[in-house]
Amino acid sequence: MASRQHVAMTGNEAVAHAMRQINPDVVAAYPITPQTDIVQFFSQFVADGVVKTEFVTVESEHSAMSATIGAAASGARAMTATSSQGLALMWEMLHIASGYRLPIVMPVVNRTLSGPINIHCDHSDTMGALTTGWIQLYSESAQEAYDNMIQAVRIAEHPDVQLPVMVCQDGFITSHGIENLEVLSDEEVAQFIGEYKPVYSVLDVNRPITVGPLVLPDYLFEMKFQQAKAMEAARRVILEVGKEYGRLTGREYGFFEGYRLEDAERVIVVLSSTAGTTRVVVDELRRKGEKVGLLKPRVIRPFPASELREALSHARAVAIMDRAETFSTQGGPLFCEIRAAFYDAPERPLMRNYIFGLGGRDVGTSQIEKVFADLAADLARGSVKTPVSYLDVRE
Amino acid sequence: MTELKSAKDIPIGGIIASPGNSRSYRTGEWRSQRPVWIPEGCVHCLICWVYCPDSAIEVEDGKMKGIDYSHCKGCGICVRECPRKEKALRLERES
Ligand code: SF4
Ligand code: SF4
Repeated sequence: MASRQHVAMTGNEAVAHAMRQINPDVVAAYPITPQTDIVQFFSQFVADGVVKTEFVTVESEHSAMSATIGAAASGARAMTATSSQGLALMWEMLHIASGYRLPIVMPVVNRTLSGPINIHCDHSDTMGALTTGWIQLYSESAQEAYDNMIQAVRIAEHPDVQLPVMVCQDGFITSHGIENLEVLSDEEVAQFIGEYKPVYSVLDVNRPITVGPLVLPDYLFEMKFQQAKAMEAARRVILEVGKEYGRLTGREYGFFEGYRLEDAERVIVVLSSTAGTTRVVVDELRRKGEKVGLLKPRVIRPFPASELREALSHARAVAIMDRAETFSTQGGPLFCEIRAAFYDAPERPLMRNYIFGLGGRDVGTSQIEKVFADLAADLARGSVKTPVSYLDVRE
Repeated sequence: MTELKSAKDIPIGGIIASPGNSRSYRTGEWRSQRPVWIPEGCVHCLICWVYCPDSAIEVEDGKMKGIDYSHCKGCGICVRECPRKEKALRLERES
């Protein structure tokens, strides 16, 4: 494609389109609902010869991630894609990808983890992977999924970062819904991501190395420290890449997006597609004169604690919505981390948590209206009555 | 002790960037017992050299010369296999 185009695509199609333009050296993947058509579209590109990618069909996601790791260690730009159980089956390899510092980019189409088995959206899959050492970007729409894919390559491969990135979108809601989006030309993408220069390659005969040796107590700790430092560096790189992408496309990306947030007294914090629903309710309530707003995190690994604290500092009541349960009985993962970010703040808004949308339970405007109404009741009372509640569950 | 490098001075991802560096990795520090060679009793049959799993028996001109304590792990195999037994090789506790 020689020029930018406005196209109608599903989230999965948009991601596959980005992968075609990125033109990775290796893709090893296994199909799983609702990720399947990313791989299906991409394998068509391979069959049509429009990418130079070596496409490896494997027998499981464990093998998919293993083959991707092998390819990346050999200096290839390597990718895979997954959802839910597939991500779970990759688990030990997720840590190996990040521990070996391989800049793999992996779209993840969020789906409930079994059991019971369910194919619909929640965030239990990627929220479980918060400690795997992967950078996580969340996308509200097909446009954001596309944009995040292109940026993810640059973030992952930055010499100061060298970490794998998950690009998440909501299963079915985003992955299978058709949207209008703007895609860059192939040349623009090629130029933006640039030529890949691997930091190391096991196939470089002039610089022989060993990948994956035993590392004992005398050095493993230092290597985990390096990884933590790389995550810290990713905070800077994510912002730099987001700005540069903004200059190219007019769509600048940061750690999160605020919507009518500046003067909002009551704020909902929510990831991905539910942010769209929340935006509609914010507009409705604003028309009635209510000071409500939205904060939609995009990056939660690394966790932008100080920036979130700053952005929410003027709010009086905040509802943090988690589409995943941790069973700690103390609330979802976003809630716990955002609340912790306020520990040292001189002033803290009232904060409450909603676990919502598990197993693909729909969240409509009426549920979001209820959350804003609950926040109003908390403010009137001056305290939070139920810090953790379950939105729209039949108790 | 092998000098330990800081996080800034080691390659990322646990890779080994200098081939053959096991020579400088002093695995002998793991030892809890050590073989002691008694040259007067040795007949230089080199059976210890054949059996040592760590190439820690030093040989020169076809003769047993000593033990490389930087790499000997103190497994005691040489002591067990030595035909001269206590006269040529003895196992002692590492202090
Ligand atoms: S096995 Fe015993 S006798 Fe033979 S060379 Fe070794 S120490 Fe000497
Ligand atoms: S004790 Fe074991 S490692 Fe040490 S010299 Fe004897 S056989 Fe080799």
